[in-house]
Amino acid sequence: MDQKIQVLVIGRHPEIMQTVTELINKTEDWEATGALSDETAIEYYQKRRFDVVLIGGGVEPESEAKLRAIFTFQNPLIRIVQHYGGGSGLLFAEIKNALLKQAEGKDTLVENPYPDTSL
Amino acid sequence: MNRKQFLRNSLLGAGALATSGVAKAVIDNNIDELKPLEILGFNHIPNTKSNIMANTVLHKAESRGHANHGWLNSHHTFSFANYYNPERMHFGVLRVLNDDTVEAGMGFGTHPHDNMEIISIPLEGDLEHKDSMGNIATIRQGDVQVMSAGTGIYHSEYNRNKDQRVKFLQIWVFPNKRNVTPRYDQITLKTADEKNKLFQILSPNSDDEGVWIHQNAWFHMGNLDAGFETEYQLKGGAGNGVYVFVLDGEVTVEGQKLDKRDGFGIWNVERFTLKADSQARVLLMEVPMNV
Repeated sequence: MDQKIQVLVIGRHPEIMQTVTELINKTEDWEATGALSDETAIEYYQKRRFDVVLIGGGVEPESEAKLRAIFTFQNPLIRIVQHYGGGSGLLFAEIKNALLKQAEGKDTLVENPYPDTSL
Repeated sequence: MNRKQFLRNSLLGAGALATSGVAKAVIDNNIDELKPLEILGFNHIPNTKSNIMANTVLHKAESRGHANHGWLNSHHTFSFANYYNPERMHFGVLRVLNDDTVEAGMGFGTHPHDNMEIISIPLEGDLEHKDSMGNIATIRQGDVQVMSAGTGIYHSEYNRNKDQRVKFLQIWVFPNKRNVTPRYDQITLKTADEKNKLFQILSPNSDDEGVWIHQNAWFHMGNLDAGFETEYQLKGGAGNGVYVFVLDGEVTVEGQKLDKRDGFGIWNVERFTLKADSQARVLLMEVPMNV
């Protein structure tokens, strides 16, 4: 059985996507799947189990809202976090923190740094 | 399709585009590409809890995360790269405060950023910057550089000097809007040599003093003589807090003594007092507390 932490990365910038997925895959026990379109992301999500979803740069608010709704409907425990920095030094902390909160069973299932944004 | 094939296809979806030459074309960089930072192991620091009071937080210099890659020696106030401490994730929208030393002739190879306001402040030496928008510039002590990464930018930072280290602060602030058009700016502070005054180096307004960013934030610096005391009045209203970082010397902020490279956050106040206990240099970062 595959025990790796599965991370779905959604973004619009191909080079940044490549950097992000490479960085995640360099970490033992983490495995990244990249999707450059909403359709691809939804397709992957329906076929595979993911532990964390990273919303990367360029994803439009409407797309993000749609994806969050679909993903949480399918798996209410999924951690969805916005990735900042583009494959930067924040990546590991974002994923580790998402997993920590997931393990703690925090009520807030979806990370949204913009509380005034209706998602 | 098996799992590996599925994964391969998934990554190829990004990788095929990424290797099409676009990445090489976005930045014409004659600097040798540097290897990414090797993983030093997650740097959990369970015994250095933040001293969190009702409306203040103290981060002693020695409690920061630390990574020495040889060419780069970095102290992280907040979780960054291989340093992960859930208690040290951010101060409001201030997400990264890295205190970096880059060895002579070394630097950061071309790498991407998106959706972040990135401020660099050289403390010693010069740092050459090249980015995918065509900017080539050198920042020196007394300069402030800002990049709004927005939808995506590539850049490199390199210490061209063959016999002098570069020391600089790398500060990242969450933007107040995602996916803005990338931009770059740098200024030389006219007031860098002024004594006993907190001078503004950053604001949200393009027509104000210093550089500007996409955030309701104000940064000030001060070169203070021993005994000098001043009051800082917050500019952004009740939702803002201030993170004081001591560059040199010793200061006291609202009764809290701080040494070199200590950090002290304060919020839910309209103003606070700052006193230099010795010759001191400070950086004040006022930021929204709600992320």
